[in-house]
Amino acid sequence: MSNFELLSEQGLRLDGRRPHELRCIKCKLGVFEQPDGSAYLEQGNTKVLAAVYGPHQAQSNKLDLNEVVINCQYSMATFSTAERKNRPRGDRKSQEITLYLRQALRAAIKTELYPRSQIDVYVEVLQADGANYAVALNAATLALVDAGICLKEYVVACTASLSKNNIPLTDVSHVEEMSGGPTLTVASLPTSNKIAFMEMSQRFHLDNLPAVMEQALNGCREIQAIMEKEVRKHLMQMGSAGDWSNIAK
Amino acid sequence: MSTNVNIRLALDRVNMGLLAQNQTRAPRLYTPGEVVTGQLGFMKGHGTYVEGDDIKASVAGVMEQVNKLISIKPLKSRYVGEIGDVVVARITEVQQRRWKVNTNSRLDSVLLLSSVNLPGGELRRRGVEDEQMMRKYLQEGDLISAEVQNIFDEGTLSLYTRSLKYGKLSQGVLVKVFPSLVKRRKTHFHNLTCGASIILGNNGFIWISPTVNSEADGGDGGYAQNLNEVIPRGDREVIARLRNCILALAHCKMMLYDTSILYAYEESMKYEVHELLQQEAIFDVAFLTQHRLRLQEE
Repeated sequence: MSNFELLSEQGLRLDGRRPHELRCIKCKLGVFEQPDGSAYLEQGNTKVLAAVYGPHQAQSNKLDLNEVVINCQYSMATFSTAERKNRPRGDRKSQEITLYLRQALRAAIKTELYPRSQIDVYVEVLQADGANYAVALNAATLALVDAGICLKEYVVACTASLSKNNIPLTDVSHVEEMSGGPTLTVASLPTSNKIAFMEMSQRFHLDNLPAVMEQALNGCREIQAIMEKEVRKHLMQMGSAGDWSNIAK
Repeated sequence: MSTNVNIRLALDRVNMGLLAQNQTRAPRLYTPGEVVTGQLGFMKGHGTYVEGDDIKASVAGVMEQVNKLISIKPLKSRYVGEIGDVVVARITEVQQRRWKVNTNSRLDSVLLLSSVNLPGGELRRRGVEDEQMMRKYLQEGDLISAEVQNIFDEGTLSLYTRSLKYGKLSQGVLVKVFPSLVKRRKTHFHNLTCGASIILGNNGFIWISPTVNSEADGGDGGYAQNLNEVIPRGDREVIARLRNCILALAHCKMMLYDTSILYAYEESMKYEVHELLQQEAIFDVAFLTQHRLRLQEE
């Protein structure tokens, strides 16, 4: 399996984190004026922009009479990786992630509220440093919240890995992904303890699965708390500037 | 004519958060998934859902309670129409006996041929000729002002222009903002003292046009578009200034209504029109406007 030790003797990881520690998260809502909702999320060196348009009238060929059509686009800037990419989207990896994004978002959006409509979610990775899918999903969630779209709750994703001596590690970075450890990506609805999506990049022993999954879910809860705080801050700023007169009776 | 291009680093951006200080009456905020109430006997409204015994929020916003009905209103969302709202909208499609109209709402709105005033008599039968002439009256891309007449089951809005104040818009500037920034007022048509007319659509579309003499030819509710008439430079500058002021207020998330726009216009006089696109000017105008509005409130 892994040919490289992810955890030093002192119990620190390659970038100096402890096993359960997340990378530093910074986020911001409402970064664009044009879309209905937008967000920027930075998790360590992985940086992602998300924009949401809609809900708006669905294109007639996609139109669904019962629920909303979710249209995702995941793209990575050509300069986002160490080696320059040829095309920002449309390659296998991006298409796969697009599909997974839609799956996770469908679990959170109250789709039955928007018949005949369509929601477009555009995600752009500006810098890729591991856990791209997880960060992209978290950014998309924030953008949906900013757009005022009805969600059951936040849908949050986090990754976890396993070191050689079976210690689970939260939030893997690019180096850790590359050095051969297994990566488990979990997208969850933290409050109701549901899992919207799960993916494993490599095999590891079944005995370790509960511990790794628990580690990832813990990560999700921590990320949710950070996102929640930012959403409140953003709402406060938006409302206070107009002295809350939009809601006052 | 040479102009100075102003390019700056993200580091130097103006902190608009300063406008949000002085939070005297901040309400309780809810975020998606948060329990609003666990008590029985409440009804769920918009922006909420029931899980088990709890009513939970599904959007990030503030609570509104009407007796037993609890709803959460997001601070920003698509336009949710109400009957009687004034909207500014754009024609997107001409169909059989109806126009499809974009009102920034969740679904396309419709304007029925029967709910417009046709030239030549108010109470005239609409025949086949009228259907064939539809594109002559309004074609794709035209802007109209209208009122919401009806809301269909799925949320589609039906508009009407059967009043002299509504109809096709001619020369002017359209500004798009978030619908929640437009304050609901008794009247949404204003002839501002600075020399321009403004239509504050409830759907977040704002139309600024030169003031027309309403007795003479304005408010015809018709389809005449006089694009040959040259608007004098002074009027155009006033319109451009108003546009920039509205965008400045919207950028700072301040409410838009006649008073706030007029105050912003007055405060902006010390800047050139093009300077109002710079962050310092935006902040300054918004700050002074906010100050004046607060003073007035006290």
